[in-house]
Amino acid sequence: MKSQKLLRLKTFFLILVIVLAGPLGNVLLGKGMKHVGRVTAWPPEALFHVALRIFSSGTIWLGVASLITFFVAYMLVLSWADYSYVQPSSSFSYAVVALLGYLLLGEAVSPLRWMGIAFICTGVLVVGRTNPQTSHQGREPSGEMG
Amino acid sequence: MREFILFVLIIVLGTSGEMCVSRTMKTVGEVKDFRPAAIARVILRALRVGWMWIGVGMMAVAFFSLLGALSLENVSFVVPVSALGYLVGACGGKFFLGERVTSQRWLGVFLVVIGVTLVMLSRR
Repeated sequence: MKSQKLLRLKTFFLILVIVLAGPLGNVLLGKGMKHVGRVTAWPPEALFHVALRIFSSGTIWLGVASLITFFVAYMLVLSWADYSYVQPSSSFSYAVVALLGYLLLGEAVSPLRWMGIAFICTGVLVVGRTNPQTSHQGREPSGEMG
Repeated sequence: MREFILFVLIIVLGTSGEMCVSRTMKTVGEVKDFRPAAIARVILRALRVGWMWIGVGMMAVAFFSLLGALSLENVSFVVPVSALGYLVGACGGKFFLGERVTSQRWLGVFLVVIGVTLVMLSRR
């Protein structure tokens, strides 16, 4: 019982890191890409120039650092919790990112868009209220012989 | 059309890549030691698993697609739409990772899909 509680606490803490670092990273990337300009050309040399501009942007690198933090936390939590549990829980970030986009980048978020995001959050809550580990049952040796 | 292709890449490759990483981490085992050196060892062990490289490759393509999409659209549009990865994730978790997806989870995924539809409708 105690280890189950610890597992939940550990999972909760890492999901918190995921929920904060992920959106911040995305918003920084958005800010950086707005600075780089619209990527509309596909020829390799045009993309190469875009890539140069992307990789010389400090904001993009800050965003990448934030996303790496997110990714490491994600990997750690996936070592014990189910993917179809972690992904929904962490996906609160979909709401946080809109809030940060609105507050930090001044993006216009229409009422319809907020409503859509509210639906996404509700969906996340419904999905998140399940046990973090279910695939163990599936891994118990079954009656079949090899 | 350009946006559509970018979104498909973000959603499908992003989610498939995460599932490959999840598969890798299940073989690496539960992480119990959180000191930096131990975490580095876990990452090195994960890099020896083939699924990890497939996953990282997919996520890299998804990442550059995300950058492309962010250059064309607002963050508050791109990221909520990429929540469609839930649908791909629930299906993939069930069929690829052998996880049990309860009807409650399917209901949540359904609500997310409605939300993404509303966000898409809010575009213009």
